[in-house]
Amino acid sequence: MSDVDTRYVQFFDGGIAPDHALLGGKCASLATMTAAGMPVPPGFAVTTALYDAFVEESGLRDVIVKALDEIDPDDVASVDSVSAAIRDEICSRPVPERLRRPVIEAWADFQGRFERPVPVAVRSSATAEDLPDASFAGQQDTYLWLVDERDVHEHIRKCWASLYTSRAITYRLRNAVPEDGLSMAVAVQKMVHARVAGVAMTLNPRNGDRSKITIDASWGVGEAVVSGHVTPDNIVVDKVLLCVVEEHVGDKHIELVPDSAGGRLVERDVDAARRAVRSLTDDQVRAVSELAKRAERHYGCPQDIEWALDADLPDGQNLLLLQSRPETVHSSKPKPVAAPAKASPPSVGFSLGSITAHLTAGRAAGVTN
Amino acid sequence: MTVEPAVKSFPRPSELPVPPGAEGWEKLYPYNLVFQNLSGSDDEKFWFCDSQHWPTVFKPFETIGGEFAVKCLGQYNTRHLLIPPANGIEFKIHLGYLYMSPVPVPEEQIPARVPEFERRVGHYFQNWDSLLEQWKIKVRATIDELEALTFAGLPEMVPFDDIVSGKAKDGSEVLMENYDRLIQLVYQNWQYHFEFLNLGYLAYLDFFTFAKQVFPGIPDQAIAKMVQGVDMELFRPDDELKKLATLAVELGLQSAFENTDDVEGTLARVGDLSGGRQWLDAYRAAQDPWFNFTVGNGFYGHDKYWIEHQEIPLGYIKDYIRRVGEGQRILRPIAELVAERDRIVAEYRSLLDGENLAAFDVKHGLAVTAYPYVENHNFYIEHWTMGVFWRKVRELSRVFVAAGFWAGEGDLLYLTRGEVRDALFDLVTGWAVGAEPTGPSYWPAEIDRRRGIIDALGSRRPQPALNTPPAQITEPFTMMLWGITTEQVQQWLGDDSGDDTAITGMSASPGVAEGRARVVHHADQLSEVQEGEILVATITAPSWGPIFGKIKATVTDIGGMMSHAAIVCREYGLPAVTGTGNGSTTIRTGQLIRVDGDAGRVEILED
Repeated sequence: MSDVDTRYVQFFDGGIAPDHALLGGKCASLATMTAAGMPVPPGFAVTTALYDAFVEESGLRDVIVKALDEIDPDDVASVDSVSAAIRDEICSRPVPERLRRPVIEAWADFQGRFERPVPVAVRSSATAEDLPDASFAGQQDTYLWLVDERDVHEHIRKCWASLYTSRAITYRLRNAVPEDGLSMAVAVQKMVHARVAGVAMTLNPRNGDRSKITIDASWGVGEAVVSGHVTPDNIVVDKVLLCVVEEHVGDKHIELVPDSAGGRLVERDVDAARRAVRSLTDDQVRAVSELAKRAERHYGCPQDIEWALDADLPDGQNLLLLQSRPETVHSSKPKPVAAPAKASPPSVGFSLGSITAHLTAGRAAGVTN
Repeated sequence: MTVEPAVKSFPRPSELPVPPGAEGWEKLYPYNLVFQNLSGSDDEKFWFCDSQHWPTVFKPFETIGGEFAVKCLGQYNTRHLLIPPANGIEFKIHLGYLYMSPVPVPEEQIPARVPEFERRVGHYFQNWDSLLEQWKIKVRATIDELEALTFAGLPEMVPFDDIVSGKAKDGSEVLMENYDRLIQLVYQNWQYHFEFLNLGYLAYLDFFTFAKQVFPGIPDQAIAKMVQGVDMELFRPDDELKKLATLAVELGLQSAFENTDDVEGTLARVGDLSGGRQWLDAYRAAQDPWFNFTVGNGFYGHDKYWIEHQEIPLGYIKDYIRRVGEGQRILRPIAELVAERDRIVAEYRSLLDGENLAAFDVKHGLAVTAYPYVENHNFYIEHWTMGVFWRKVRELSRVFVAAGFWAGEGDLLYLTRGEVRDALFDLVTGWAVGAEPTGPSYWPAEIDRRRGIIDALGSRRPQPALNTPPAQITEPFTMMLWGITTEQVQQWLGDDSGDDTAITGMSASPGVAEGRARVVHHADQLSEVQEGEILVATITAPSWGPIFGKIKATVTDIGGMMSHAAIVCREYGLPAVTGTGNGSTTIRTGQLIRVDGDAGRVEILED
């Protein structure tokens, strides 16, 4: 590991206890998962401290405060123009050399780990309350398949700029979220060359049953699943035996894949044969389930993970964890309770009532014509 | 005008053609066992075939197993336990196979049965261990008494001592009493057989239903794994052979097992080697009682028992010796199996809390206590009791052979048990009056005729069911014991899935395997099974244990989640698809097949 300045840049596997305020939610989670030994693609965080230093040293802070002061929150056009102006400043104002260097060094260090240059994803990593719906995928900025170093720098700025979308500004004004301490970290992470990817939940969202793992899987990069652009395969797995309990093969009509030059992601049609079959083998279903189960055990509550099978890695090492966050919709609901059985004397040590209830339930008779 | 949906049906019994050569088959069985009312309700009611226990055609004497077993099963539901919704199961023989029809309790009578049911079942569950202890004593006593029965020819003249003592009997009464006692004793152990069986299933069913409720869609095999015993008496015979094989290797006796078909020679060669004496002592100790074990299922007179056919266990030992030599681990990993079961229980349990957790513990506890009987009783009744019974039947038959009634030991099986009693009196009368009995001039030709009929019946497989099935099958025991579910019945009726290469059944043991099929219709074909093949059989018996170490997967026509094939495959970690209905008739030996034990599918990949 290099001597990059860990105030400004932190590798996920750098062994530093993740500081949420410095890394933002996504990067903190990636660092935590890496530390837990989970197969997270390597990468680094550009910290909130670097963003803070940039807006201070470049004089942007004052510009932003002044611009926001002039806003009429009820005038959409005014918000839009202020938003555009601020974002333009963030993306164009020179970053002082002192602050550029840590990212340049980290990039060199990162690429030095591989035999040939690898593409990366650049994603914003907000601290919790700064943005609406911060914890939801797809709401934050994500830039995939970047190869060129200058592109990476440019997109880091775009992530910063996303603090000031019209929507974000309006949200903060409405909810009286102060500008003080508002900041943004950015994740730069090896792009997974996903052959198959998707999400998995460590429960069954249809009924909150925690003895199941539910997997959505589709061909190519997982964004197509996360954004809802394809109907993925849906697979319900028993969490203990890890066998498939239920499955629906989705249509999966398109996939996101790198173009032939490997320069960017393109959307392409999936042929009929691949649409008709499940995108994961039984062994892969088991591996994804085990990964989800590990994440749940690590965090101690139901998880919602993003995963991918990397086409460049050998079987057995190709399953990667891209994201793990607490599942909040169902796990907060009370667990299902079995139908109450008629009470039986406690001394018996078993419930005859429920045996009788079962035998006499519904149609009492046996085989009836 | 409403359009009635077309109701798919199985054939009526009266519609089924009699196979050529089997004309008059119905006179081979007692009158009450065949449909006598084919213009009436017998030709309307839904019947399913129990080919799980009786996969091949009954010879007339062999109906005893079906009659006693199903009668006693019914008696426990109807008269002992008063199971609220379920009486017993009616049974009939049609074209040689056994068909069953569950008898529901009229809805209005159900509530009145509940308090009695709870009182009776409650008593058993509360006193399980002591009552089961008593059960073993009763069953052992019956077996001992069966063993003590003898059937010997009658003397030329009554001994002089009987003249002196004024006994005034001739010994024929002993022959006749012993026959009656033989029947009586086997009946008695069939009574005992069901004393705990229905209760074991009840406890299992209760836990099963609960698990399905709190973990919707939980695989059946997960529930089975949580309840199934590991250290079971049913597995002891096979375990004993493995221990003997291990001991033979330790003592360096491998060379003596070259030709195990020669039982005497093999044992003599072992005895000649140093350490051989020690092995022979262990071998003899294992025989009582563990060699009272059949490669069949105990319901047929031709079932072979290890104790009388020691080439079978010796052949298995030889194979185990070979595998130990190859460095394979043959002993079941008991500790690992227990640890795996504990893991599964703990993981499901950890997903519950409060009331559900308490209910889980109670129901699981009861099922774990009561369920092992469902497997273990099999050793005591089907193997041990029936083994002794059939041996005594052969002993009796030899008395008839000596008196010229028929030529072979097995010929007695072509008589009903009532006819045997008549023949016995015929024999006794001939001996008493000093004239020829009638039997020798009647039975040989009659037995030949009957053999022809039975063989003709055996050329046809049974129908899975008869007449129109109910829309929904709800009777819990029918579903549990026979795997007769609404889905299964629909599958039998051939609901078009448009999928003509796949055979489907129950996903009874997880995993996927590909290999060459070996179709086995009879235990005698087991020696043909080669290492790495996939066993395809009508049904398997747990006594086929040793071959499960050779094969990659199992497919059966008959049986559910708790069938013997399913249990043994889970033990051996082999994929299994059970209850396919037609696996063994569709698949041919040598075909490359793929068994998916998770999905319950079998595909024929190539011929």
